[in-house]
Amino acid sequence: MQKRIFGLESEYGIIFTPEGRKTLPVEKAIRFLFEKLITTEHFLNVFLENGARFYQDTGCHPEYATPECASPRQLIVYDKAGERILEDLQDYAEEKIREERIAGKLSIFKNNTDFVGNSYGCHENYLVDRDVDFYYLAEQLIPFLVTRQIYTGAGKVFQTQDGVHYCVSQRAQHIYQKISGTTTNDRSIINTRDEPHADREKYRRLHVIVGDSNMSEYTNFLKVGTCAVVLQMIEDNYINKDFTLRNPVKAIKDISYDVTCKRRLRLDNGREYSPIEIQREYCEMAQKYIEQYPVSDQLKDVVGKWQYVLDCLDDDPNRLSREVDWVIKRRMIESWLEKRGVGWTDPRVFMLDLQYHDIRLSRGLYSLLERKGAVERVLTDDEVLKAKTEPPPDTRAKMRGEFIKLARQNSIQYDLDWSNIRLGNLLNVRVICNNPFETDTEKVAELVRTIQRTNLRKTSLSKLVIQS
Amino acid sequence: MADTKQTQKPKKGGDGDGGSAGESGQKLAKKGEALKEEMDALVDEIDEVLEENAEEFVKNYVQRGGE
Repeated sequence: MQKRIFGLESEYGIIFTPEGRKTLPVEKAIRFLFEKLITTEHFLNVFLENGARFYQDTGCHPEYATPECASPRQLIVYDKAGERILEDLQDYAEEKIREERIAGKLSIFKNNTDFVGNSYGCHENYLVDRDVDFYYLAEQLIPFLVTRQIYTGAGKVFQTQDGVHYCVSQRAQHIYQKISGTTTNDRSIINTRDEPHADREKYRRLHVIVGDSNMSEYTNFLKVGTCAVVLQMIEDNYINKDFTLRNPVKAIKDISYDVTCKRRLRLDNGREYSPIEIQREYCEMAQKYIEQYPVSDQLKDVVGKWQYVLDCLDDDPNRLSREVDWVIKRRMIESWLEKRGVGWTDPRVFMLDLQYHDIRLSRGLYSLLERKGAVERVLTDDEVLKAKTEPPPDTRAKMRGEFIKLARQNSIQYDLDWSNIRLGNLLNVRVICNNPFETDTEKVAELVRTIQRTNLRKTSLSKLVIQS
Repeated sequence: MADTKQTQKPKKGGDGDGGSAGESGQKLAKKGEALKEEMDALVDEIDEVLEENAEEFVKNYVQRGGE
């Protein structure tokens, strides 16, 4: 597919640290986060002006789902905007907590694990053609997804009986299957959930749940961008090599534990490749592909960056201490240890790991590195700021975002999901928008006008369904 | 997993020893040194914001499993 819809869902870790006897259960802390978002929708599940969805998910995690985006770069703008939105809500929640006279600190982390074995996800969504054989697509994609962590991993400190270690990926050790239908037990690389939030005859959803949440814009861009290129190649039947791994679930863990990225994995055909070599094969195919097929400039840029990170990894992963989360974080921890003259067993190592992911700009260590110019950026602050309140201009999210603004200005009752807008006093008017590429906001504005007229005349509007 | 243990010190100048990837070894070493100085200065700033009760905080940071 040339035109594709992208979405990213991030679950955040949250903790309240009391400074006194009085504490606050996490359930309540989350309620405070949502209090600023008063709408007519269900509490703890709301759509935002930028078209995104913010809700409380399994295990009491605040979750932000980006609006429908039209490109990988746009997607990571909206993902970053989600961090900023959440930080605003955190400010508000902290104020509320103070009003309740509970002393303490609320912390929110964009990562995927605690240190005792719990995980929460970062899910990528790619709209794919219904005509493509899903299991073929998944099988082709899995060797790519298993090995990409060498430049998309967020890094993690962990302890075993023989000491403190560092691994490439946060999520890898929580993956137990190749493909499955559940997201909380037996987590898989690819989830079969098929909710395209679009015309089911035409599209299906590819739900990738193996990735790490990224702080680095560069890493995040590569994560989604390279996957977009590989998907397009699979759809065009361009991939002519077989990298089926003998044991992908074991491989994903082995790769995560190998910070050299060079240990070889056994393929189904008996051959052995390192993760760098497998990625190189995909990347080389992509380089040829972009010469022969129509590909956006953005994806060409992705392929250039892809080649660059693989060259660096091959030489010495430390060369990516400005670009790739797991290397940035490790470099930061190593520098700290060296200057403080202590080793990896120092308990603060775990805090350095965790605080790298703190979304508070004033506390987060990633944001400190960013402010000091110690990491490569892909985005500008201005575009992230704009994305907090403006929906993407080229997807259905535009209609939703514009509608939310109008409905709020006019105090109109509404309820939303990804492909429906319900409004009116009895939520009896429904706009179905099954085409995620549609951007016709005039339709929405007209509807709001109709409702206003009807409400003014105080007559009840009979049930109205508009197929957009 | 013993080989993942991070006991080795980060290479000084990081990437300057090979010089096989296009840039000259000297140039890379310089870049590495600059990066190291930059990081050194950052460590003090990290300490200004690093959670004071780090050990306690990490111990209490227990999340329920999500999706």
